[in-house]
Amino acid sequence: MTAPPTARAAAGSSRATPDGAAPGGASPRRRGLRSPRTRARALELAFLAPAALYLLLFFAYPVAKNVVMGFQEYTTRTFFTGEAPWVGLDNYAAVLGSSLFDRALLNTVLFTGGSILGQFVLGLAIAVFFQRRFPLSGLLRSLLLLPWLVPLIVTSAVWRWMLDQDNGVINRAIGLLPLVDARPGWLTSTSLALLAVVLVNIWIGIPFNTTILYGGLQEIPGELYEAGALDGATGWRAFRHITWPLLRPVVTVVLVLGVVYTLKVLDIILGLTGGGPANATQTLSTQSYELSFRQFDFGQGAALGNVLIVISLVFAAVYLRANRRAVDE
Amino acid sequence: MVRRGTSHRALTAALALGVPLALAGCGGGDQAVGGSGGGGGGGGDGTTLRVLDYYNNEPDKTVFQDVIDACGEAAGVAIEREAVPGNDLISTVLQQSSSRTLPDVLMLDNPDLQEIAASGALAPLSQFGITAEGYADGVVEASTYDGELYGLQPVTNTIALFYNEALLAEAGVEPPTTWEELESAAAALTTGDRYGLAFSAINTYEGTWQFLPFMWSNGGDESDIATPETAEALQLWVDLVSSGSASQSVVNWSQADVNDQFAAGNAAMQINGPWQFPVLDAVDGLDYGVVQIPAPSAGDTVVAPFGGETWTVPQTGDADRQALAAQVVQCINDDDNMVTLATERGTVPTKPALVDAAVEAQPAIEPFAEQLPDLRSRTGELGEEWPTAATAIYTAVQDALVNGTDPAEALAAAQSGS
Repeated sequence: MTAPPTARAAAGSSRATPDGAAPGGASPRRRGLRSPRTRARALELAFLAPAALYLLLFFAYPVAKNVVMGFQEYTTRTFFTGEAPWVGLDNYAAVLGSSLFDRALLNTVLFTGGSILGQFVLGLAIAVFFQRRFPLSGLLRSLLLLPWLVPLIVTSAVWRWMLDQDNGVINRAIGLLPLVDARPGWLTSTSLALLAVVLVNIWIGIPFNTTILYGGLQEIPGELYEAGALDGATGWRAFRHITWPLLRPVVTVVLVLGVVYTLKVLDIILGLTGGGPANATQTLSTQSYELSFRQFDFGQGAALGNVLIVISLVFAAVYLRANRRAVDE
Repeated sequence: MVRRGTSHRALTAALALGVPLALAGCGGGDQAVGGSGGGGGGGGDGTTLRVLDYYNNEPDKTVFQDVIDACGEAAGVAIEREAVPGNDLISTVLQQSSSRTLPDVLMLDNPDLQEIAASGALAPLSQFGITAEGYADGVVEASTYDGELYGLQPVTNTIALFYNEALLAEAGVEPPTTWEELESAAAALTTGDRYGLAFSAINTYEGTWQFLPFMWSNGGDESDIATPETAEALQLWVDLVSSGSASQSVVNWSQADVNDQFAAGNAAMQINGPWQFPVLDAVDGLDYGVVQIPAPSAGDTVVAPFGGETWTVPQTGDADRQALAAQVVQCINDDDNMVTLATERGTVPTKPALVDAAVEAQPAIEPFAEQLPDLRSRTGELGEEWPTAATAIYTAVQDALVNGTDPAEALAAAQSGS
């Protein structure tokens, strides 16, 4: 929406100089370019073109290619011969009919739901906490961003050490507790592996939630709290009746973006468990990666990737609707 | 308003600059499939051959550089070598296949050869008059697709049982030679924080690779894994873990992790390969020995999978360069280089006739060398179907070790489900 004013400004300035400096020479040239309106229109399009081209190349093309690949037998052979036979819905049938699909879908839902719940609740609590000013609060708040700054591969490698069953620091610490004689297999038992992966992902996601929610909290005028306090709304009641309703639009953004980001999480799971043990942490995205880049069945990998895209799109639509409603209001 | 306009224009300019670059990149990738592209880089009369491999760590990197350079000189060509990380090799090859920029000489991990040969990207070596005479059968099988030889593999490796000499002496345990001895030795060596044995049962092809010597030596076969023989082999692994002689973490350990555990003294024995020698030799105060993987019972033959890389000539569309590349491949595989590569890298020459010379020069490889006649190729039987079977095998292993599923059931389920 910002392009037209810019285009008009540019068109205006280019016209101003010939008009002012040499009126006699300008008019024939202008007549040659037909009407000034067409010319302005062409310029507008010219300014839009780079952005449109960029979107087409880097967004539309890959998505379209992925959709098409889902209907093809696309293997290592395809790379050399260029032949990718059309197989209709075979890839979808194979992927959706696989015994792993239900497992991966359930894991995806649990992983996403668990991560979002944990990230959001803790993120909000921390954001509310930092609303008060206290010594070093600025420093502490910036330190909170650390998990976000560490490369995910490093994060998963370090957590993998810490969660090691025999020598990891977490189990060593548990071993020091009195009366506890357990060494939970965080990454080696099917019941705990998904939980462990979710916990690590929560740790990574807290900074994002805190930062956005903190920004939202800053927008709420302080007078409202003062007025509320006069009416006896403090503490929990202030949060319930002032903070929460005013924070709602930000909450929607955080939750929807969080879901979309979490659905596609790959590196953390690959780094921690590789989808194991015994597929206990296999999600749609790890499964899609496995199909494409380990078994080189790019057609099936793309089909599963498309399923994931559709799920993300649903949430994106929810987000856009919520956003529009917020604007309308 | 003004500031906004400026930044917007700057963005547009940046995009305008970016787009042609992106288009250029795209043109390379989407080139038509006519094969008119020729070999890509190099060119000119003082021919430069491009070589691609994954020996990007020392000492392998330098050892191979010397051999390849010498071979280039012998063939009268300059060499431009690229060594990518192991995990990136196949994706690099796929990219280069589609953009027609395959190197003149390409190294592949031996179980990948058939998959790449099936795509048509490699030239049959018979067209350059190259045969695989004198090589061990399994090695030739892995480099053959559809009756044609596509690669030559100079050296091979496999896995064996490494043991910590001090810990075994302390416990009064001899290196085990049978499964029964392996179980009792592992149990005797397990104390408090230390496990008797470490191996890799991870959910990747590495886990499958480690399981194969147990499966094959007991008569199991990848074409049908739901057999009592394979189930017995899996039961051995289950027993080792459930008795506490091996850590439950084996399901999450790569071979490098296993080696770390062994080097740190957390495991008294490990299943691993000779490529770990440099790492282990660098550990102060660690004396270790290596023996063959224990056989099911005394006198049984141990059948282990062989590893190592094979050298191929990709279809670059330039017959003259391909002929030169074939010369280089043959040179890398000549007798002298085989022995050099074997002794300097702790691997075994693939020609049985050269094994004695190599063992004499490098005694550490003996436990691996004595397995050479019985080494088996992973892709020899199933060819392109191997990845499916390999996936079923590690899936069953994980199922049995993690969920406690009965080995026979786990194997049957993995075979039918995958």
